[in-house]
Amino acid sequence: MRNLLDRLVDPRTLPIVVTVVLFAALFGFGSVMYTGFFSLQVLLGLIVDNAFLLIVAIGMTFVIVSGGIDLSVGSVVALTTILAAVFAERFHWPVWVIVPLVLAAGTLYGAAMGALIHFFRLQPFIVTLAGMFLARGACFLITTQSITINDPAFHAISGYHLDIGSGSLTAGALIALATLAVAIFIAHFTRFGRNVYAIGGNERSALLMGLPVARTKVGVYALSGFCSALGGLVFTLYVLSGYGLQGQGMELDAIAATVIGGTLLTGGVGYVIGSVFGVGILGTIQTLITFDGTLSSWWTRIVIGALLCAFCLLQRMIERHAARRKSNGTGMQQRASSRERRRPAEPESGPRTDSVAMTPRS
Amino acid sequence: MTRIRTALQHSLLWPCVTLVALVLLDLAHNPAFLSVTMLDGHLFGAPIDILNRAAPLVLVSLGMTLVIATRGIDISVGAVVAIAGAAAATILADDPSRVGLALMAALAVGVLAGMWNGLLVAFVGMQPIIATLILMVAGRGVAQLLTGGQIIPIGAPGYLMVGGGYLASIPCSVWVATGALALTALLMNRTALGLFIRAIGVNPVATRLVGLRSNALVFGVYTFSGLTAALAGVLISSNVRSADGNNAGLLLELDAILAVTLGGTSLLGGRFSLAGTVVGALIIQTLTYTTYSIGVPPEATLVVKAAVVLVVSVIQSATARAWLMRQLRRGLPFAAKKTVSEAAR
Repeated sequence: MRNLLDRLVDPRTLPIVVTVVLFAALFGFGSVMYTGFFSLQVLLGLIVDNAFLLIVAIGMTFVIVSGGIDLSVGSVVALTTILAAVFAERFHWPVWVIVPLVLAAGTLYGAAMGALIHFFRLQPFIVTLAGMFLARGACFLITTQSITINDPAFHAISGYHLDIGSGSLTAGALIALATLAVAIFIAHFTRFGRNVYAIGGNERSALLMGLPVARTKVGVYALSGFCSALGGLVFTLYVLSGYGLQGQGMELDAIAATVIGGTLLTGGVGYVIGSVFGVGILGTIQTLITFDGTLSSWWTRIVIGALLCAFCLLQRMIERHAARRKSNGTGMQQRASSRERRRPAEPESGPRTDSVAMTPRS
Repeated sequence: MTRIRTALQHSLLWPCVTLVALVLLDLAHNPAFLSVTMLDGHLFGAPIDILNRAAPLVLVSLGMTLVIATRGIDISVGAVVAIAGAAAATILADDPSRVGLALMAALAVGVLAGMWNGLLVAFVGMQPIIATLILMVAGRGVAQLLTGGQIIPIGAPGYLMVGGGYLASIPCSVWVATGALALTALLMNRTALGLFIRAIGVNPVATRLVGLRSNALVFGVYTFSGLTAALAGVLISSNVRSADGNNAGLLLELDAILAVTLGGTSLLGGRFSLAGTVVGALIIQTLTYTTYSIGVPPEATLVVKAAVVLVVSVIQSATARAWLMRQLRRGLPFAAKKTVSEAAR
């Protein structure tokens, strides 16, 4: 019991615990305030309506854990919707050609930005900013119109529903869940995932340890590009059209979801599952405002901003607390021993802590 | 010879060369590009137009330069522009005669927003990009809250003078931007403030240990950035005669960062040039003008901007320069031999 409590207030998992509690509290608040809110369909609807954001936020989590940032995700989503729509409507290519092509394009785009960042030692912020301009500009160069997709294959995939109890999941939501599973596996059970955490913790040390820093850093941005393209495809399925203004400000939502999910912006600390709850909180706020009906949509942005602020303050408090504990002698000893104890079990600690924290609530 | 070498190494060289190249491109396309005519006592012409439209960007970039010089970044300026315009428009909508109050309110809102950013960065110790991200996300919501989600038209003649009027046959907005630039340059070059700000950018810890109140300075820099953004918001809302919570100042923060980088200010802090920033802002505005006038579809401006950002940041990167030089040497054995023989001579 003490061990569990210890783990809950551990600086690495505390933000996630707070996020999960907040998500449960928001959902509970909605269930009490509005009739029909507490249902499986609303819960599944959160995944269905935010599937693209979830996928994009997963890619963003990897980038932020590695100590970087990717501002280009929103415009890559838009570019993907345009490419998919153009290929389907103007060239009449089949779906099984379009999907791999678009995904490869997104991955390459991300890898190119990663290569610039690593090999020329440019700031991730500036390079991905240029990437954002470039992708958005490319959208408008291709077309300034919104292209509706009439391709029957797209409609068939978009119309697919998997019934679960009283609710149902769309193809996009299933893709998002699959991406989540793969991402958790990559982050905690592969060499690549370990390297990402190591580079985020301290790039110089990682290099001296002989870790493949170059490959990992380029890989992280390639992964983010892939996730953006996949998110774009899911978004295309969601709206069945391609438009260059799509996904404006999505990079902000993705960063907000990641931060609210407990990923430290300094890199090295964070869990993919946290971003899922971050997206869940953003989605719940939107659903709450929809259910209320009297609040205007711009309250969403204000509430998200306030939440972001609260979580950043929390992160700062945790950092300061950890620094103080580190500086006094006995605390350091205690910390070192507890860290030793945790090390072997660490790979699963993220998901497991969450399931522990979640069980009494769900 | 040495004079040429110092000129070549001057930090303003590349921004100025870029600007001149752009102007030459415009001249080649339209020989009357630089001609300025007098009409109804006002100056008209492409250069005046560019200056007029660049004024808000220059203002925002001034604040951004100082923020970046302290190793920070302020990505909330676009939202502050929207809030300031909305605040002024709401007051003018109630009573169009209270122009002074509207101006004061807009600037006060900007200062408040800047103080909020400064508080988070300097005293709470948040990363600048995140601290200002909060206001960037929430700010547009606040602006729409003020305007009620509508575009509020502005009709007060006194207020419209600021962004659309002329003073001594030059647009007022140019005067405002010049005034702000002169004041900032005076503060930075004639007082120790400029040195202090550079010191924070070079080594924040050492600056604090030396005895400077670096927290207060950083706080002040963000407040200043909020103020200049609000001033830009006043110019923009006055120029388009309306306040739009959703679209005013959209992507302005990116243009400002671009202008600052183009001007030779290092994003790593510790080095800044106000003149460079102004040239950078003029480059961006001229670039936009050029793409329109040459007949490139306006959508392509974004692509051109992206290319410029990439090229400039690659040129600024020491690693990239070294790599390019190596490639050049390898590709041109003659050139390498020549330099060796020159050195021998």
